[in-house]
Amino acid sequence: MVEVQFRFREDEAVNDPAVTVDAFAAQTNATAVRIEPGDDARDLLPHLDRLSLVEVSFPAWTDGRGYSSARILREAGYKGEMRAVGDLVIDMLHHLKRCGFDAFAPDKALNDQDARTAFDRWENVYQATAVDGRPAIWAKRHG
Amino acid sequence: MYKYDEYDQQMVDTRVAEFRDQVRRRLAGDLTEDQFKPLRLQNGLYLQLHAYMLRVAVPYGTLNSAQMTLLGDIADKYDRGYGHFTTRQNIQYNWIKLEDTPDILAELAKVEMHAIQTSGNCIRNISSDQYAGAAAEEIVDPRPYAELLRQWSSFHPEFLVLPRKFKIAVIASETDRAAMRLHDIGIKMVKNDAGEIGAQFYAGGGMGRTPMIAPLIRDFVPLDQLITYAEACLRVYNRYGRRDNKYKARIKILVHELGRDEYVRQVEEEFAHLLTQPIEPPLAELERIKTHFTDPGFEAGASDDLDLTDPDFRLWVERNTHAHKQAGYVIATVSLKPVGGIPGDASADQIRLMAQLAKDYSFDELRVTHAQNIVFPHVKKADLYTVWQALDAAGLATANLDTVGDIIACPGLDYCALANARSIPVAQKISERFGSAERQAEIGELKLKISGCINACGHHHAGHIGILGVDKKGLENYQLLLGGSEGADTSLGQITGPGFTEDGVVDAIEKATEVYLANKQGEERFLDTYRRIGMAPFKEAIYG
Amino acid sequence: MKILTGNDLKTGAVIWWTGVSWSLDVNDSADVGDHGAALAAREEGARNVVGAYIVDGAKTEEGVRPAHIKERIRALGPTVRLDLTLKPSDPAAADWVI
Ligand code: SF4
Repeated sequence: MVEVQFRFREDEAVNDPAVTVDAFAAQTNATAVRIEPGDDARDLLPHLDRLSLVEVSFPAWTDGRGYSSARILREAGYKGEMRAVGDLVIDMLHHLKRCGFDAFAPDKALNDQDARTAFDRWENVYQATAVDGRPAIWAKRHG
Repeated sequence: MYKYDEYDQQMVDTRVAEFRDQVRRRLAGDLTEDQFKPLRLQNGLYLQLHAYMLRVAVPYGTLNSAQMTLLGDIADKYDRGYGHFTTRQNIQYNWIKLEDTPDILAELAKVEMHAIQTSGNCIRNISSDQYAGAAAEEIVDPRPYAELLRQWSSFHPEFLVLPRKFKIAVIASETDRAAMRLHDIGIKMVKNDAGEIGAQFYAGGGMGRTPMIAPLIRDFVPLDQLITYAEACLRVYNRYGRRDNKYKARIKILVHELGRDEYVRQVEEEFAHLLTQPIEPPLAELERIKTHFTDPGFEAGASDDLDLTDPDFRLWVERNTHAHKQAGYVIATVSLKPVGGIPGDASADQIRLMAQLAKDYSFDELRVTHAQNIVFPHVKKADLYTVWQALDAAGLATANLDTVGDIIACPGLDYCALANARSIPVAQKISERFGSAERQAEIGELKLKISGCINACGHHHAGHIGILGVDKKGLENYQLLLGGSEGADTSLGQITGPGFTEDGVVDAIEKATEVYLANKQGEERFLDTYRRIGMAPFKEAIYG
Repeated sequence: MKILTGNDLKTGAVIWWTGVSWSLDVNDSADVGDHGAALAAREEGARNVVGAYIVDGAKTEEGVRPAHIKERIRALGPTVRLDLTLKPSDPAAADWVI
């Protein structure tokens, strides 16, 4: 099991075993799910109330489907832990966070200081993702 | 022209710092090349045949003279004294050192420029009509919308690792000068029956190995939903675009495989959902951007008289200028296609000279065209002769816009690591073969486009005559295509038949022009004659 | 012969493996036999080179000639700007690449 290296939540970490999206609907006691790049995150929408951990898997960081999966679940109101797992690179951490991720479990531990710099790199952002609580630059301009 | 505020400046400065840090980590060994490559590409830094190549963004092709001057200075200071203007309305430097790149980006940032997302699998620099804000026939200036989209697409967190690159064009004229329907998304600003401005969306166009013309996907997107709709288009693509095969990963394949209607259905569904999310900038933001694109202080009642007694000047005026919306002004195009020259290349001195002329005679503004030329958008007719003389003295007054000499050519095997064959020497030979002004005038409008490989950076599918370089058992070989067009009447060229050697393809083109001249009726252009008489007579002349 | 080539990590310049180090001149190329892949990995790891790969070539009277035109253009420079190539004063230099 990969370690969570960065976590931006106050609550207790959930470490229930994550099941596949396919299995999740049938296993009514499951509370953690793992989304692979090809899965449709919207399949989980009927079950949001019993979810407390979503792992979104990045077998290769250059496959960006997980960004949409995370944001879709957040848009639908999912409030639990959203954990990015797999091939994570420092330079994308900030963007993952903007799509609703709040926990990061890279395959290989990242340089702690470089990663912290990356998380904090962008003081302002051009878009509202509506899931990271950050106002877009346009909102500040017309605040 | 758009002027950065503190936020825009901060974004670009932050990117410079980020890239500096990435280069440091690469040189220190913290990043392998496999890890670094996608990161440097998102900053327009390629590794090409002879060195690193840096592609600097010229958003929607518009720049001011301070920016243009700096482009010349960078060519001198960090490159080998020249730059290459590309079919993406950008500029590329061919001899860049990795260690210098952060400093170059820092210099660019000082004049509000950058190389953000000029490559990589992300939303690329947005292209537009090079005559925007000056052409007589446009509905609105398309650039405020392009700028709105530029900001939205810069570091959009959800769309930085798309299946493949993503190109957007925005136009607002019936005359399409930006090959809008050959983009991943083409946007045409339109007016509806109620007189409101909105955006017509086309999706799934592109060149490359499977050229496709984008179908219309929505007739009218209201301005207060523009970003939301674009976001819906991108999300469907990010989720369902193919990632198993690089050559099938562009949105054109998704739209083609799903079918236009199914893609539209999915986008509409996503759009309806996204409309519930507070992601659309207020119209006030668009209004703010628009204030940067107001008309410069045109002189009212400027004279429309032009003294055309100098025959060379007259020829240039006839070929290289375009009607301006303001009386007494013209749009003038500087051809970067001298006979025997390298299409799109300009020396540092030439770049600075064009900057100076723009400052003195075009309200400080220039445009880069996708045909690899430079435009002075607002020249007073009374100044035109002075401008022309200065250009002429610098070898920049070639009068060949849209003629057989105005060739689009990608860098090809002389510079590009992906190439199969050289493009530039072919362009040089053709421009020499058809070098005489009389001959060019006789042939008239003829758009010739050359790509050194199937990636089609030279837009060969969209040329009235297109040339594609291929590798035939280790030798350079050239396929010939006829009948492509990128304008309002977009069409894709058809291959004539077996390929040619470099000299052979020049001969074949000459024969094709002879067929045209022999069959031309009235005012027909090459393309019109081809469309009327078809491929057969050309084939016969070329291979017979 | 098998030639190992790539680009200098910092400058991007085209370089050729001489047997002990890297050279800008293709004629200095050594035959790497079947050690190419191992050498490439080692030199990339040491950050001396980026994008190293092995190409076929032949020793001729004029020097080393890579088998493919692409490598010959890399060895020379852009044929349309001979002033920027390794043979700026040889007007016939471009003929060599064909
Ligand atoms: S068309 Fe091919 S050869 Fe030409 S620039 Fe594009 S990738 Fe390179």
